[in-house]
Amino acid sequence: MASVNLLVGVSLIYVTFLFAIAFFAERAAARGRGGWLRSPLVYTLSLSIYCTAWTFYGAVGYAARSGMEFVTIYLGPSLVMIGWWWALRKLVRVGRVQRATSVADLISARFGKSNLLAIVVTVMAVIGVTPYIALQLQSVTLSLSIFAAPDAGGEVNQTIAAFWVAFGLAIFTVLFGTRNLNANERHDGVVIAIAVEAVVKLIALLAVGIFVVWGIAGGIGPMMERIDTSPIGTWDMDRSRWVALTALSAAAFLALPRMFQVMVVENEDERHLQIASWAFPLYLMLMSLFVVPIAVVGLDLMPAGANPDLFVLTVPLAEGRVGLATLSFLGGFSSATSMVIVATLALSTMVSNHVVMPVWLSARAEGAQVSGDVRNVVIVSRRVSILLIIGLGYLYYRFSGGGAALAAIGLISFVGVAQFLPAMFGGIFWRGATRWGALAGLVVGFAIWVFCSLLPSFGPGVVLSAGIFDNGLFGLGWLRPQALFGIEGIDPTVHAVAWSLTLNMTAFVAVSLVTFPGPLERLQGAQFVNVFDHSSQARGWDAARATSEDLMVMTQRILGAEEAQTLFRAESARQGLEGTLPEPTQGFLQTLEREMAASVGAATAHAMISQLVGGASVSVQDLMAVADESAQILEYSNQLEAKSRELTRTAGKLREANEKLTALSVQKDAFLSQISHELRTPMTSIRSFSEILRDTEGMVQVEKTRYASIIHGEAIRLTRLLDDLLDLSVLENGQVSLRYEAGNLTDLLEKAILTAQAGSTDKIEIRRRRVDEAVTLTSDLDRLGQVFINLITNAQKYCDADAPRLVISVQREGADLSVAFADNGTPIPAHARSLIFEKFARIGDQDGSGAGLGLAICREIMTRLGGDITHVPAASGNTFVVHLPRRAALAAQ
Amino acid sequence: MSSGGRTPVFLERRSYRRRRMMDALRLLPIVGVFLWMLPLFWPKAADGPATPETMAMSTAVIYVFVVWLALIGSALALWFFLRSSPDTGEDPTRGSR
Repeated sequence: MASVNLLVGVSLIYVTFLFAIAFFAERAAARGRGGWLRSPLVYTLSLSIYCTAWTFYGAVGYAARSGMEFVTIYLGPSLVMIGWWWALRKLVRVGRVQRATSVADLISARFGKSNLLAIVVTVMAVIGVTPYIALQLQSVTLSLSIFAAPDAGGEVNQTIAAFWVAFGLAIFTVLFGTRNLNANERHDGVVIAIAVEAVVKLIALLAVGIFVVWGIAGGIGPMMERIDTSPIGTWDMDRSRWVALTALSAAAFLALPRMFQVMVVENEDERHLQIASWAFPLYLMLMSLFVVPIAVVGLDLMPAGANPDLFVLTVPLAEGRVGLATLSFLGGFSSATSMVIVATLALSTMVSNHVVMPVWLSARAEGAQVSGDVRNVVIVSRRVSILLIIGLGYLYYRFSGGGAALAAIGLISFVGVAQFLPAMFGGIFWRGATRWGALAGLVVGFAIWVFCSLLPSFGPGVVLSAGIFDNGLFGLGWLRPQALFGIEGIDPTVHAVAWSLTLNMTAFVAVSLVTFPGPLERLQGAQFVNVFDHSSQARGWDAARATSEDLMVMTQRILGAEEAQTLFRAESARQGLEGTLPEPTQGFLQTLEREMAASVGAATAHAMISQLVGGASVSVQDLMAVADESAQILEYSNQLEAKSRELTRTAGKLREANEKLTALSVQKDAFLSQISHELRTPMTSIRSFSEILRDTEGMVQVEKTRYASIIHGEAIRLTRLLDDLLDLSVLENGQVSLRYEAGNLTDLLEKAILTAQAGSTDKIEIRRRRVDEAVTLTSDLDRLGQVFINLITNAQKYCDADAPRLVISVQREGADLSVAFADNGTPIPAHARSLIFEKFARIGDQDGSGAGLGLAICREIMTRLGGDITHVPAASGNTFVVHLPRRAALAAQ
Repeated sequence: MSSGGRTPVFLERRSYRRRRMMDALRLLPIVGVFLWMLPLFWPKAADGPATPETMAMSTAVIYVFVVWLALIGSALALWFFLRSSPDTGEDPTRGSR
């Protein structure tokens, strides 16, 4: 008979063996030779963590109690796998595309990355899985006690044994699951270990089954007869349980955190799912094949009080097959350990990612600056979570009394985790599902599960008093935990399944219908529901690494070829690689991102790098940040553009001013040279004639007089020129003081004509209409007269007609008054017209007596008087029109 | 089946066969549900004295496991067929809509 010590020794050797396998598998994976680790076979076998100690021990007990009902727990998952095309295909694709790390992560990602939802799911998962872990503890403890019972010391203290089993499992899981520092990656070692354990438990159960059928019963035929004559020999199925448990197991298969871990997170290739679609039902079928025979033989051979959950062990022991019993123990041990490892790993990932890390990061003001620091915290938080979860399992075991049937405990867990299903499926199939809907459904379903399934499992009087069982919560008859709404007579499990899932879905749908999702939620919703429209088979994690060439190309585009090459060369040198591109290490990627962020903005750089490196789709936050940056850049460029326009305008003005200044300078030069020329001509003649007078001896009086007259004339001309210049200067500088007086236009013109024609030899014929001239006006009459004199003198001087004639006409248009002086000489050529009012402007060279200042003075005077003088070209002759200011004209009336 | 756009109205014989296999794959779980829920109609002792003879447990076991094997066999055959048939350039898991 095997002693407990021997069993413990065998278990330790077995665990060491698993460790070795896990270790070598991880080493092989690290060296890139781990292709076989990710084969469809390993994937299928890893799915077998669905079969826990519940299956190994509990199924036989279940069959011994309720006949074929046990098989419903395997029919549901088989249907899900065979119907993989409907649901699993999408779940796996969504999980991989979204890089979901757990059920909580998936649900939170679908509903706008809501951390609240993630926390709720995590808490529910921890509470829901706790009974399941207690089940494993109970099964291992029970199996140990079976071996110990016949020993000298009698019964093993089960509480202490359970404690040590829990402790051992916790250590085992911590060492196994968090040995690897890459906390976010998948667990190659764990997967291969559970695959090996899957083989061990299948072989163990098959061995016991074959021994029972052929060793005890003596073949298939006798076995069948034995079945029919046994206490479970007739079909006596509770129909509602048959349906409800099949549906429940299907739901739990999809929603269990550990199933999500192996099915989605550890999935390497979606095609493995297609192979598992027939291979995994085959595994389940083989696991179930000998359950009824073992139960029947157990019921036959064992005494009436024997625990049917342990027939797998006790039947071989009773037959004296210690070796087979030890193998069977190892099978049960494998089932329990693999489940505990994966379930606690999956839960600890949720707890640390959604509860511990957010709390820790928000507690630290500076955030996650040091990466090593965070990684340590992740590892520590996962280890603590593992201890916590297994501790909870142990507490549940203690308080539930450890006496319940394994299957009953397992079903409680199943109902708990099945509550995730509406949110999960609603999330991937219905775009209208909202965060609040999911939250409402989860909370409602969970509350009903706690009230109707979890708390009653401790039995009346432990948590819920017997009064509540009989009379309902707060004495309300419709709130009885096993007869909600007063509907009695339903099986408790079916009752819990039906009400929790129905109300869960109702709340989920109803709240989703009346709430409105946020933008991120809607986007995620579209990505989840239409996942096949915009994702090909998601790339594996290894294939997603950026090639250095891609990075180089992108960096060159942004930083420019030279700078990018310098950057990459420096990194190559730092990595000790000469002449090749650097490896895309984490540090290098960060450097690159920083460098690029300087050019294109942090969010854009992050998005670009993660496009290449992560293969992850850009998140909405990334896009929003990119949009913000673009908006800023756009605004900046708009500002620049406005400034540039302003500068252009200023430059234009400056150019104009400069042109004006240049023109003025030219004008000034021209003026100076002109004036020196004008002054020089009379000066020269004065000088030469005075020299003749001084030096010529014996000059006759007549000559003397003539020369003196010339000198006199020139001096007068000089004086006049200087007078004019002075006059013009005074007028131009605005220093002139005007004397306004009232006078008659007729008198003014009369005086002007007289003055102009005084001393002139060839008088011009002047025609006037005196009727029009009878106007009284107020102006500086002397200055106005000067203008008139000038115009008449000019006409006299330059009119080259045979019979020179000047017509002076006065027009009154309303308040305006204009005086036109029209002669009949040769018209001023077109090109010269713009110049005639300029200083020293003379047309042609026909007479040197004028300095060319007259018209310039006229224009200045008229400007001062508020009027104007213009030249009107005519077919023959020239017309100058003097416009008198409105004030003068008004005064004239 | 959509006949507009890029989808051809008539498919080549092979692609046609492939699509029907996809249809079969989709129907398989429904068949499984039907067959496995059939025991609901079996008579049992609690239904009353007038019920016909109850089903023997061995028959029930054989029935459930035969259905199981048939489903596994069909799934395996479909997988084998879909895997070995030429890739039509379309995602084999997608089928027609």
